[in-house]
Amino acid sequence: MTSFPWAPGFIEGDRPQIVTSRFQYEDSFTLERYLATGGYDGLRSALARSPQDMHEEVRSSTLLGRGGAGFPAGVKWGLTPEGVYPRYLVVNGDESEPGTYKDRLLMERDPHQLIEGCLIACYAAGLSQCFLYIRGEMALAQERVATALNDAYAAGYIGKNILGSAFSLDIVLHWGAGAYVVGEETALIESLEGNRGMPRLKPPYFPAAIGLYGQPTIVNNVETLSNLPFIASKGAAEYTAIGTESSPGTRMVAVSGHVRRPGVYEIINGTTTFRDLLYGEEFCQGIRDGNDLKAFVPGGGSAPWFLPDQLDLPFEGRLVGAAGSMLGSGAIMVMDSTTDIPSAALTLTKFYAHESCGKCVPCREGGTWLMRILDRVVEGHGTTDDLDLLLEVGESICPGDMPHAASAELQLEATPFPYKMTTICFVGPSAYVPVHSALTLFRSEFEARVAPSRSRTRIPVTAVGGDS
Amino acid sequence: MARLTDANVSIAKEIIARYPRAKSALIPLLHLAQEQDGWVTDEAMRHIAELIGVTPAEVLGTGTFYEMFKFEPVGKYLINVCGTMSCALLGADELMRAAEEELGIHEGGTTDDGMFTLHRAECQAACTEAPCLQVNYRFKFRATPVEVRQLISDLRSGRLQDEIPPHGTLARVRQHIPADRGVGAVDPADVTEPPAWISAASQGGAS
Amino acid sequence: MSEQSVEITVNGKTVSAKPGEMVIAAAERAGDFIPRFCYHPRMSSVGMCRQCLVEIDTGRGPMLQPSCMVPVSPGMTVDTESETTKRAQEGILELLLANHPLDCPVCDKGGECPLQDQAFSHGPGESRYIEEKRHYEKPIEISSLIMLDRERCVLCDRCTRFADEVAGDPLIHFVERGNATQVMTYPDEPFSSHFSGNTAQICPVGALTAKPYRFKARPWDLEQVNSTCTSCSVGCEISVHSSRDQVLRYQGIDNDDVNWGWLCDRGRFNFESIHAEGRVTEPLIKTADGHQATSWNAAMSITTDLLKSALESTGPSSIGVIGGARGTNEDAWAWAQLCSALGIDRRDPQLGDGLPAALLGMPRATIREMASASTVVLMAPDLKEELPVLYLRLRDAVVNGSTKIIEFTSTGSGLTRHAWRSVRHGAGDISDVVTATLADPDVQSQLSDAG
Repeated sequence: MTSFPWAPGFIEGDRPQIVTSRFQYEDSFTLERYLATGGYDGLRSALARSPQDMHEEVRSSTLLGRGGAGFPAGVKWGLTPEGVYPRYLVVNGDESEPGTYKDRLLMERDPHQLIEGCLIACYAAGLSQCFLYIRGEMALAQERVATALNDAYAAGYIGKNILGSAFSLDIVLHWGAGAYVVGEETALIESLEGNRGMPRLKPPYFPAAIGLYGQPTIVNNVETLSNLPFIASKGAAEYTAIGTESSPGTRMVAVSGHVRRPGVYEIINGTTTFRDLLYGEEFCQGIRDGNDLKAFVPGGGSAPWFLPDQLDLPFEGRLVGAAGSMLGSGAIMVMDSTTDIPSAALTLTKFYAHESCGKCVPCREGGTWLMRILDRVVEGHGTTDDLDLLLEVGESICPGDMPHAASAELQLEATPFPYKMTTICFVGPSAYVPVHSALTLFRSEFEARVAPSRSRTRIPVTAVGGDS
Repeated sequence: MARLTDANVSIAKEIIARYPRAKSALIPLLHLAQEQDGWVTDEAMRHIAELIGVTPAEVLGTGTFYEMFKFEPVGKYLINVCGTMSCALLGADELMRAAEEELGIHEGGTTDDGMFTLHRAECQAACTEAPCLQVNYRFKFRATPVEVRQLISDLRSGRLQDEIPPHGTLARVRQHIPADRGVGAVDPADVTEPPAWISAASQGGAS
Repeated sequence: MSEQSVEITVNGKTVSAKPGEMVIAAAERAGDFIPRFCYHPRMSSVGMCRQCLVEIDTGRGPMLQPSCMVPVSPGMTVDTESETTKRAQEGILELLLANHPLDCPVCDKGGECPLQDQAFSHGPGESRYIEEKRHYEKPIEISSLIMLDRERCVLCDRCTRFADEVAGDPLIHFVERGNATQVMTYPDEPFSSHFSGNTAQICPVGALTAKPYRFKARPWDLEQVNSTCTSCSVGCEISVHSSRDQVLRYQGIDNDDVNWGWLCDRGRFNFESIHAEGRVTEPLIKTADGHQATSWNAAMSITTDLLKSALESTGPSSIGVIGGARGTNEDAWAWAQLCSALGIDRRDPQLGDGLPAALLGMPRATIREMASASTVVLMAPDLKEELPVLYLRLRDAVVNGSTKIIEFTSTGSGLTRHAWRSVRHGAGDISDVVTATLADPDVQSQLSDAG
């Protein structure tokens, strides 16, 4: 199934390998292997030029963030206010989005690549200390990264005066402790400060301006940083030669669920389509057991659902957004014709309701309310009123038009992404998204599950007659 | 019982020193306490509060936010069966049932002999290997009910002793920043100038 | 209007706002009340409850934004009455009522409850929630004075924010996560802060209640009179609430010059002494057989006789009047009038305070001036114990302003952790210690930085 037993899930292909080039080696995570395969060349290249030059190279590469928001990394580095120091780098290794599986692989298999990426970022953007936040449940990733850090320090790649230059940096390994919401960048910063992982309001707390300890802070995803050694050593032009202008380079995508060959693939950005991924010979090779495709989630659990109608869309942010969803963290979950749609929606809504931080009312109360109603519906105790109520409660979380896919069969046009939200962050809306997608695209399945509505006797406010 | 041992206090101080603000070490120290005792005790929380300079209420407030910290004793082996989307689509319920039957407890419970605690967990970032579970945060991929029963039997017999440490121990390798190589925590109260390599670059007249 | 004001439009009318003011405050001053829970004018804004969402347009079209977190900017348009705003407001209130217990008939807050009032003014007419509500043991004692009902709590963070940011006693904290979040103390560590009573006053629901007031009255039965607390010489402004001639509670009034709405617990609950056992309630005359109760008329005659006889035999210089710094200015003035009328010069208005006359002749500062000084030299007992609300004002000046404290103390105090320099002295050597400290060049530099 997977290409190498030591990299579960990863499937190699005849495609450019920017971040997975070392996965073929069983000892890919060691310093020896890293150095033998061009490791830390990117760092040397960066140190040989000015920080501004290195920053400019990353800007020209138009490397997009891989955490889910897709914001260009080079631009983000430039958002820090002039003259305000110190600045920090926080690495977001808190991969928890349902369907997402790539950062853990990168940390377990190629920790030095990540470390080198952190070094290049800090050098280019003038960041004085780096905190590598790894999800608490990833014990092996923590071991590998800790070993890599210890080895890199001993060999002089991290710490004071790296490779004899003026560049000095400490990279501090920090463990998470189990909370999905902490993957949100401001919640990550709160957690790093020793607090409950509750997001901050943006504005005013944009991390690049006011972040860790109130200082300008860059938060970058593991995969984003892992691309930097390639860009630093080979140059932006070689990076942009892959993929398309708006979606350059490669990205790692995990496809899971009801496909024949679930796997993690490094794909060419911008041109690979969902059809390629689900049905392609080099990718998932079709739906399992010869079943039909019913629906799929294109960008991690927070993304509105797609139908077979959307299979020919390429992995390109703007097109997917216009079609009513998002690319997010590169996680595709596939549902075939055997799937019970209300139950499937419930597993996702339950996840987001459970992971709510509790700070704001719509997510804390609304997410759980949605879960309770949907639970009743799935168990068979719902009415058609409950279906409308789900949409009403959802409206309190996401006012106005909700993004969704087009459907030829239902004669529905797409409503583009993004949604509006009354919440502080996207966790609350994510509890609603699966409900909304499922109800919009598969209402008949819900209606078959519920009893007709009972009209309730309304008690008038003013009593009529009687003794009073 | 259950304040941090002297050895752990040394480790704690090393960890605290890496951060510009001591409170940042709160979560790492809670992990350290959990590794020592298998769960987080009241005394450990009080000790951590002293070491960092916050109130015990603040330690409790932060600690209870996170899933991994257990404030009551748990089994030597914590079995977390993933129940989110891809795993649910591929048979997580069957795995949970198999585990419940084999262990004789319900989801959320601990066996009488204190060996096993069973929980349903959230997405473990192994979705292509669904359905999966973790034992003390070590993975078992593409698990089947038969394999789950075998796994429990192996754990009972001690066959997996070396692979899977008792609950509380995460990474068995710690980061150590050598004293002669480390830069030290960069505290905003002390540092307001650009870092050395940035100043050097601008003095060099770079663009 | 002064060139300092910022012109915005609220619901079609022009409003002159102050620079840096939040939209919610500007709108309120202009008469448009935006509903809110977590916002409190004397604490940091957190934008958590989302109740204050209104449509704000700064040039890119109207967007729902939390008005407690958005500062006014020139040309801004605010709509607090649009359909979108109203739907959002109703939504939040319905969500808050989802898990809120139907306790109104037995809840102290009923009648003065922001949740009731705002549900009525801005909420939906009906809740559609039919699921099981959250349940907790109710109420629990979190200190000897304060009870917590977690079912009623709307998790607005006002009490926890107050305890941490204003009082500096973070003894209550959110625990757990999401829908299971609660306010809690650490086991065996009650919320023993000198300022705990403020949390019951600012709680927007009946989650935090003060034991001395529980089940005593309904707010519409209360008569309210503004007055001054007499527990210490800070003189916080209070509102005295009474019903059927019994004082039932004090509430803090937001007086910008003095206490900002806060009270310490000693002051807040000292009304209990009014009806305390053993309180002297009638004049007592000292006789050979001990103290005897008498009437006011009798007592007045006896006093007048004693004063007359002293004036005739030994003159006014044989009479002294001793006052106390805890009396109000009105008390002091009345005594001074009497002394002047009788020609009595011997007056000591500071029982127990013992400050030398030389010091008393020096220029005084107001609390406001203290809070905006660049340096405060503290030679005092622990303010947190003796003059608690002054401690709050000074702590705020240090934490949120740029005031630096140089404290001289023999034991450390509630302000030691905020002091720029905390200098210990022993019994009797304070003048040497002060002299030595003043000779330190850093200290001299700080003191010469007159703000």
